[in-house]
Amino acid sequence: MLHIDDILAWPRGSAVPLDRPLAHWQALAGSVPGFHVPRIGTVYGTLLNHRAALAALGDAVHQPPYKAPPKAPVLYIKPRNTHIGHGDAIVVPEGMEALEIGATLGIVIGRTACRVSESDALSVVAGYTVCNDVSVPHASYYRPSLRFKCRDSFLPIGPWIVGARGVRHPDALSITVTLDGRVVQRADIGGMFRPVARLIADVTEFMTLAPGDVLMLGVPAGAPRARAGQRVGIDIEGIGRLENPLMAEDAA
Amino acid sequence: MKHARVAYGGAVHQATAHAQGLRLADGRIVAEDEVVWLPPVEPGTIIALGINYADHRKELAKELTLGAKDEPLAFLKGPNALVGHRGVTRRPADAGFMHYECELAVVIGRVTKKVKRADAMQHVAGYTVANDYAIRDYLENWYRPNLRVKNRDGFTAIGPWLVDTADVPDPHALELRTLVNGEIRQRGNTRDLIDDIPALIEYLSSFMTLSPSDVILTGTPEGVVNVDVGDEVVCEIDGIGRLVNTIVGDERP
Repeated sequence: MLHIDDILAWPRGSAVPLDRPLAHWQALAGSVPGFHVPRIGTVYGTLLNHRAALAALGDAVHQPPYKAPPKAPVLYIKPRNTHIGHGDAIVVPEGMEALEIGATLGIVIGRTACRVSESDALSVVAGYTVCNDVSVPHASYYRPSLRFKCRDSFLPIGPWIVGARGVRHPDALSITVTLDGRVVQRADIGGMFRPVARLIADVTEFMTLAPGDVLMLGVPAGAPRARAGQRVGIDIEGIGRLENPLMAEDAA
Repeated sequence: MKHARVAYGGAVHQATAHAQGLRLADGRIVAEDEVVWLPPVEPGTIIALGINYADHRKELAKELTLGAKDEPLAFLKGPNALVGHRGVTRRPADAGFMHYECELAVVIGRVTKKVKRADAMQHVAGYTVANDYAIRDYLENWYRPNLRVKNRDGFTAIGPWLVDTADVPDPHALELRTLVNGEIRQRGNTRDLIDDIPALIEYLSSFMTLSPSDVILTGTPEGVVNVDVGDEVVCEIDGIGRLVNTIVGDERP
């Protein structure tokens, strides 16, 4: 029997995605080999949307090369070679000591969204998922850098998508990041310059989002770093827990 | 061979070039103005290069905040940006400086991971023409150029044809030119690429796996000028194609 709260998830080993209650999947997540990447389109990230993350740059935002804080949303794309599922390994490139773990809410678009007003914005959302926007730590945000953000395996996403009606207040969720079970970051999703609805409105003012596209809300201040051999977990309250091991490239 | 994707008679078709226009996959011959031209590939990842011609670099030197370029300036675009041959591109009412960029587009044909320069060209399926518009007023110095400048809906015209590599003996000796309302405003040659095609493939595939239908827009030479509503912008690359685009207004209902 289908329950209204069921979540469609696709555990590895299953030929097809399956409908089960969220509690079922949450209980199972630690014991299955992993989950396939949900069916998604283009994944867009939002740089420095978190007020504290921009504040951490201090006066540098007024100095060259930036000269002023950002006005429009600063976006980037995590291309298809970066997408991996729950349980898959994040590859730490040769010669790199640690990677930055960018825990963030993934907003999954449910219908074509073009010039959507802030008051209508939540109606284009299909649901929410957990994203780990992995980067090679970098100090300058002047130029987009594929070498730092678009390496293979740099976007764990999932393990599933929770339908929008199951998430009443997407801007009031908490995020917890663990490394080998030890909490290394706790943050609230609140405190964004652009909360979910505002971000959708400002982005769709100039570009159309398609069903399946994912807009990442933004990484909170204090993103932790992780090394090969560690296991990173990201919990978003009410959405799920995304876990991935980090593996050195030469071991891949 | 030259390949196209077109809409005709209410359906999408694969087509190839024919003396009378296009030959649809089902054998029908149709004229070039009977079809709606779609982007010739359904793209995977779209990678664009900035400042990859020495003359264009000089042209922009005054506004560049940083000095010497130490690695290719690459950024990504979403599928929303693409529009086919004979399409239109919207110019927002508040834009002061919107310009075209005529570019050779390289379409990847094989899975490409850590490929060296000497082997790189074997991973190319073919070439097409792209016109990658930008609005300079919207530039900010954060992940510059950002998506509001470069990834607006319909801001990358592409086509008309995907030309197989076998029909392009030397992709590094192609003249490019842009005509605005029939007048030549931009001229260059792919021999002047700072990072040539094998260099770009070696660089990108050193850290990201490329897949069939990924597209690399290789950058534009000097000669970018403002375009206005009503302008017809034609980007030509010898042996690859002639891509027509028209600038339209941003009227809202």
